[in-house]
Amino acid sequence: MSDAPVSSPDEEGKSSSSSTKSVADIVVRFAGNSQDGIQSIGGFLARLAGRSEQEVMTFMTIPSTISGGPSIFQVRMGSGEVLSAGDEADVLFAFYQHSYEDHIDSLKDGGLVIYDSDHVTELNPEWEKKYHHVGVGISSLTVEAIGGTARDKGKNIFALGLVGKMFSLNVDKLQGLITEKFKGKHESVLQNATAAFQAGYQYSIEGVLEAFVLNDPEESKGDQVVMAGNEALAYGLIAGGVRFGAGYPITPWSDIMELLRRELPKYGGSFIQCEDEIASVSMALGASFGGRVAVTGSSGPGISLKTEALGWAVMAEIPLIIVDVQRGGPSTGLPTNVEQSDLNIAINGGHGDSPRVVVAPADVEDCFYLAIEAVNIARKYQVPVIILTDQAIATRIEAFNMPDLKTLCQDITPDLTPVEDHKPYDLSVEDGITTHLAPGTRVASGKYPVVTGLEHDEMGHPTGSPKLHTEMVAKRRNKLRALAEEFPTPEIYGAPEGNVLLVGWGSTKGPIREAVNQARAEGDSVSALHIRRLNPLPNGIEKHFEGFNHVFVVEMNDEGIYGHGQLASILRARYCDPKIRGIHKTDGLTWKVKEILARTQEMLEQ
Amino acid sequence: MNITLSQPPAHPGHNPVPALPDEDRLPLKKKEISADHPTWCPGCGDFAVLALYYKLIDKRGLHHEKITTVAGIGCSSRFPYFVQGHGAHFIHGRALPFATGVALSRPDLHVFVFGGDGDAFSIGGNHFNHTARKNVNLTYVVMDNYVYGLTKKQTSPTSPEGFKSKTDLWGAVDRPINPMKQAIAAGATFVARTTHTNPKHLLAMMEAAMDHNGFSYIECLSECVEFYPGAFHDSNPRKGGEFNLVPEDHDVTDEAAAYKLSESLTHGHFGVFYKVDRATKQEKETGIIENFQSKVEGQQPWKILQKNFDKNR
Repeated sequence: MSDAPVSSPDEEGKSSSSSTKSVADIVVRFAGNSQDGIQSIGGFLARLAGRSEQEVMTFMTIPSTISGGPSIFQVRMGSGEVLSAGDEADVLFAFYQHSYEDHIDSLKDGGLVIYDSDHVTELNPEWEKKYHHVGVGISSLTVEAIGGTARDKGKNIFALGLVGKMFSLNVDKLQGLITEKFKGKHESVLQNATAAFQAGYQYSIEGVLEAFVLNDPEESKGDQVVMAGNEALAYGLIAGGVRFGAGYPITPWSDIMELLRRELPKYGGSFIQCEDEIASVSMALGASFGGRVAVTGSSGPGISLKTEALGWAVMAEIPLIIVDVQRGGPSTGLPTNVEQSDLNIAINGGHGDSPRVVVAPADVEDCFYLAIEAVNIARKYQVPVIILTDQAIATRIEAFNMPDLKTLCQDITPDLTPVEDHKPYDLSVEDGITTHLAPGTRVASGKYPVVTGLEHDEMGHPTGSPKLHTEMVAKRRNKLRALAEEFPTPEIYGAPEGNVLLVGWGSTKGPIREAVNQARAEGDSVSALHIRRLNPLPNGIEKHFEGFNHVFVVEMNDEGIYGHGQLASILRARYCDPKIRGIHKTDGLTWKVKEILARTQEMLEQ
Repeated sequence: MNITLSQPPAHPGHNPVPALPDEDRLPLKKKEISADHPTWCPGCGDFAVLALYYKLIDKRGLHHEKITTVAGIGCSSRFPYFVQGHGAHFIHGRALPFATGVALSRPDLHVFVFGGDGDAFSIGGNHFNHTARKNVNLTYVVMDNYVYGLTKKQTSPTSPEGFKSKTDLWGAVDRPINPMKQAIAAGATFVARTTHTNPKHLLAMMEAAMDHNGFSYIECLSECVEFYPGAFHDSNPRKGGEFNLVPEDHDVTDEAAAYKLSESLTHGHFGVFYKVDRATKQEKETGIIENFQSKVEGQQPWKILQKNFDKNR
């Protein structure tokens, strides 16, 4: 049992040791093919971390090919605050030769690579000097453990057993999670999984097994829930009271429509799969006209297709939620990579002056809460709200505190109480905020509203009046000014004054904050500001800028023709402040902490 | 985590009025049903369709709030402005998916959709197929004039070959769409043909469509006197044409016979070509909802959601 080939780096002090090393956090990367169940190992570990009151964040890639292809899942678990999925891994599980070769770079110096010796046959002597190498016949041992019936399926669970032992994880909780996952399936599935897990857990690797022990959490986190961003967002919509949606499949938005399709009927609602993106947004708008707040969503290309109907929603003042799970663009672009390049289309997409609301969740937990807020904004301001999330946040798993669902869940069933009189576009109301009257509502005056995409008078009837067009354009804009008043000014992370302020939006909050922590630990004066509500911008941001010499907007998009990314351009236009500059990248990958720090340094040296 | 914006009230600033019992309400008079004066050209066939929609509302004793009229873009699509009731004037070609959203989320309403041949068979062609396939319970009246009128005489998908328009100066070259065949093939469960020149027939078709449970399609010939005058004289006895009803022995449930009847539409037949019963989209979705709800046994929404969250602990 102890005949595993262990080779250790030549560097002094990093030789194989059986002493227990206590660590604040660990980063493990699993690299294999998508059909190997890589994601499910990660899922188990993330949920275990949640149940053990550890913080957790994951990062995954999925191949854009239909069946299989290289795939990774990285898990970072920690006893303190976990802000990113980790720049470098402590441990790499390499299931194939290509996994070994492609991901060895993700390992920190002196890190450990555990490779499947049935598939990884050629080790690189240079790498052997740099990293601990441990070969385990993962495939053959799995087959042995489960009786050779399931070929090499189950090796993910074997690897999970290995990880469980290596990091002294709570084996009872892990076994419990496995049982929960496979209960309801055929008995043999659970038996096989358990056998594979036990085989992995009992496999001993001399000198490596006792390498890491995760510290106990710094403070009690209380009741935690673990899920991916797309799940949290879909559940947030349900909590917000959304009961109707329509969509068309596109990666990485599809998870949300799949979840809503299977969950909404429990609440008396429906999600309809449509013939195309335009039908989806149209159908959702029909349901909103019917008195609901409906949802549609898409990614990149689908958002482009929806923009005409989005403009109608602005003009007709009908509430709507549009989820945009951003991916690399333009055109079909990078369907399974991340980018923040849809901010411009979200804010300005479509013809004419069409002010709408854009919000961007900062982490998985925020996906849940911001979805509820989006529903309330759409309803109160009678406006489409775009939730701008992205591929990274959509697929990553985090643990967060169990929300108080009893308090948060809203009932927004259409109210058909008869009214005396109604003007759908009343120009006399304060801030231009009018309401939509759902069909079926009786109006005692006998004058009924029409909602329309033509410029209209207060009753919704078409007009070419220059005065009315001016007034109605102003009405639609003033609503958003009123909303900006209602938004709180985002708070600075770190000192309120200093040399550099890093501004971020969307899924980059974690890595930016970690960069701030690292910079401050080294004595650098760096703070961060994260903007969750992007259109309209909350008031008071300019006050924050005053306290810093440099304002760098960190984004995953291009610097554009004029040298500034999409949010940076908006902030420069809004505040006319030349110290606002951009830090961008377009490699389709999430920000690493060290990249942010290096680029900040470069900007300061320019 | 907190939510900055809490749930807003439904009708801020409105004074709710007590609901009158329906039996105390009088049927609507024509002037109570009509709204804006139509913007159509004098002599337009669409006037007849509008007048008969009023008549339908009157005859069926519909109250204002139950009238839900939806349209896309085109001359005929101005319809909702002329009707005193809840209305939506949507974007070009997308009236059907919009109306589907209304009909599915509000099964208490019978939605009428009015539009033209461009909306139905060109820009919105695929929506026509899918709304028919899904058998959404609503009525779609296409006021077919074989020409683009609002944009002043371009070729439409139903323009006959040889029709001279501004985009086909020497005559249309593409084979026109046959709306009847299209509707039957796509899965519409009620397919009828009528014409603006025969009000009695038009009203009968609207009534039958409204009574049909499922996607009801009415192909209504509606002459554009400005850009395609005389297009339908062949079916107007007052202009020397022939108005032929669907033969009495025609079996409306026979798809092949309905298809056969659709072969010639100059002057063709008028009446119900096809009518079958098939579960509607509403019924299917309701079935799914009932099935799921039986499993959660009347629990509060937050409890149902809590169960999902508990699984993710």
